[in-house]
Amino acid sequence: MNEPNKTFDATTFVKGLWKENPVFVQVLGMCPTLAVTNSATNGLAMGLATAFVLVMSSMLVSMLRNFIPKQVRIATFILIIATFVTVAEYLIQAISIDIHKALGAFISLIVVNCIILGRAEAFASKNTVGKSIIDAAGMGAGFTFALLCLGVVREILGSGTLFGLQVLGQGFEPWVLMILPGGGFFTLGAWLLLFNYMKERKAAKMQEVVA
Amino acid sequence: MNVLNKPLEIRTSPHLKSAVSTDQIMMNVVIALVPTTVFAIYAFGLAALLILSVTTISAVLTEHIYCRLNNKESTISDWSAVITGLLLGLTLPPALPLWMAALGGIASIAVVKLLFGGLGYNIFNPALGGRAILQAAFPVAITTWHPAFLADRFTNIPSSSLAWPFTTPAYDAVASATPLGNMKFNHIATDVTDMVMGLTSGSVGETSAALILLGGLYLVARNMMSWKIPVIIFLTVAVFSGIVHFFNPATPTPQFMLFSGGMMLGAVFMATDMVSSPVTEKGVIVYSIIIGIMVTVIRLWGGLPEGMMYAILMGNAVTPLLNRSLKSRVYGTGRKGGAK
Amino acid sequence: MSQTDMAQMIEAPKSWYMIRALAGIGLMCALLIVTTYEMTFETIKANKAEVLERAIFKVLPGSETKNIFEVNNGEVEKVEGETKNEMKYYAGYDANGQLVGIALEAAGQGFQDVVRMLYGYSPEKQAIVGMQVLESKETPGLGDKIEKDAAFQKNFAALDVSLDDAGQNLKNEVVFVKNGTKTNPWEIDGITGATISSKAVTAIIQNSASANMPVINKNLDKFKK
Repeated sequence: MNEPNKTFDATTFVKGLWKENPVFVQVLGMCPTLAVTNSATNGLAMGLATAFVLVMSSMLVSMLRNFIPKQVRIATFILIIATFVTVAEYLIQAISIDIHKALGAFISLIVVNCIILGRAEAFASKNTVGKSIIDAAGMGAGFTFALLCLGVVREILGSGTLFGLQVLGQGFEPWVLMILPGGGFFTLGAWLLLFNYMKERKAAKMQEVVA
Repeated sequence: MNVLNKPLEIRTSPHLKSAVSTDQIMMNVVIALVPTTVFAIYAFGLAALLILSVTTISAVLTEHIYCRLNNKESTISDWSAVITGLLLGLTLPPALPLWMAALGGIASIAVVKLLFGGLGYNIFNPALGGRAILQAAFPVAITTWHPAFLADRFTNIPSSSLAWPFTTPAYDAVASATPLGNMKFNHIATDVTDMVMGLTSGSVGETSAALILLGGLYLVARNMMSWKIPVIIFLTVAVFSGIVHFFNPATPTPQFMLFSGGMMLGAVFMATDMVSSPVTEKGVIVYSIIIGIMVTVIRLWGGLPEGMMYAILMGNAVTPLLNRSLKSRVYGTGRKGGAK
Repeated sequence: MSQTDMAQMIEAPKSWYMIRALAGIGLMCALLIVTTYEMTFETIKANKAEVLERAIFKVLPGSETKNIFEVNNGEVEKVEGETKNEMKYYAGYDANGQLVGIALEAAGQGFQDVVRMLYGYSPEKQAIVGMQVLESKETPGLGDKIEKDAAFQKNFAALDVSLDDAGQNLKNEVVFVKNGTKTNPWEIDGITGATISSKAVTAIIQNSASANMPVINKNLDKFKK
């Protein structure tokens, strides 16, 4: 195995938040992104649960990276991820039964969230523990940020509330569509549109500077 | 050469070139919708007039602005946005808040048509797609019906129509049930003659079956519409619901099924949409049967009283599959098609 | 030595590495899960009990403590600890230890999926005094009004479920009426736009009440503290 590059800087963390945002740029982990973001609280809880699993499993994978033979690495990664998902499920139940009920089966489905396996395979298994944790924390934060973005829009339009508090006047007619699965697709589409628009504008500006 | 003046080819080859262009067909569809629209305004008064204007204007404006933003020549002169807006308005309940109607017009054109690539590329009928979005977003408002032929319909606008944008509408006390709603929830059958004449409550333009059929006949006479789609849908519904009615007289009669709700409007003006219906003969038959079966199933066993919109959208969804799997036999080749 | 033997010689330690990695990590993971389970077990149990208790106190206004009962071989018995019996009666008592009422769970088919609810019965008023939906997947914005709609919840503030003279059946069946047409205390005023869900709630309450009210009334003394 190559001696891993030990130097890391702020970009290790920040790239997951923005430039390589798992949802808006990599378009990974769509199942929880669309399914549980019908309120800001659910989006945040799901994001944090995923980030927890991501950081813990990246840490362990990175720690054990020289101990795991290449042939069984996927099986071990899944084993490690599944363990932390189970741990997360117990912890959420201990924190709040209501959140556990709202997230339902999607907690268990964190196991198959490709972001986590992707980071374990692409980053944690090749980098030092510290760097892996920071990378995972950045990706987790980016994922949480994205889910929160969706949850906020969907909750405000779909129920007129934010984190359960009334933000739009009593007379507001909620767009029920937004808290149904269809609203998830519309909102995600709108966010992707915004992100791509910003990216293109930035690229155009860069070109102007060069020219 | 202007794309719009190309002859429109709506069925698989071989094509006989006709001189009819897209905008001519579209304009004739608008003409065919005139009797229905006039009757709708007569039956529901100012409310219907406002709804139809708002949906049409919002649809046309959306298309115009979108073209401008993309530095393209505006495509509103092909009349298709007008048809979408008009059809959407005809499927909405008369006292729907106007801001929702405008949102529906924008969604029809922007989401269902332009995002898929514009006229000719949309998978779903834009008007129905827009209505489906409204139905999902505002399920209560879109199922609150307003009675027809109120005495003050030409002087008074229902208070719900003028609800401030994004606010919950306050309804005038006089809500009424559609024939389908009465059938489903109260088990009251409405007289079929009333439904043919358009004396019942319902969406703006779905109430008069006779005038819709008249418009359809006009298009068929001018050879601008496939008569097969509505006829096969009607036959399927009549036979299917007839069988069910025979075994269980509590279910609606076939004549009730045919003349209630959006059956006529949907089958004549929406299922026949050239863009979102199949291009082959066999495809058209299967497509129409699917719509007929789906609408009957939803109406008889589903939770909703009306299923025409979802039935047609499902038909639209399988259209690409039908186009691919039910190709016409190339002339001169064997039944299995292989000869080259 | 043949080639396959050579390969085996090289492979042998490798498969040992694999077994070592899988078994070792498996063991470590198992330990981790068991530790978390043990550590959170009490908190989760307390949380679940608290959620249930909150629901019971809500459907039995005025109650502050509770006891759990169940029917064994036709006899109502007080339960301590865990039992497998699904059907339980939760008796709620006020600050003075007086019986406020009995809460029980009911479930049935809603519009989308099974609706589970808890309702409170007051023997003194011979009426249902509260209802809370525990679990439902009804359509957001329409069917889920059975959980939130204040006007609908008011149906269950005093819903008559008194028994006939023989004590075997409800005097009046709990029936569904269209929104705004409730005239009798045993009628449930439906929600506009959520007819099917409100009808489902009515049916669930009617089924559960007609089955359980005779049992509760016959054994009323046993529920008292």
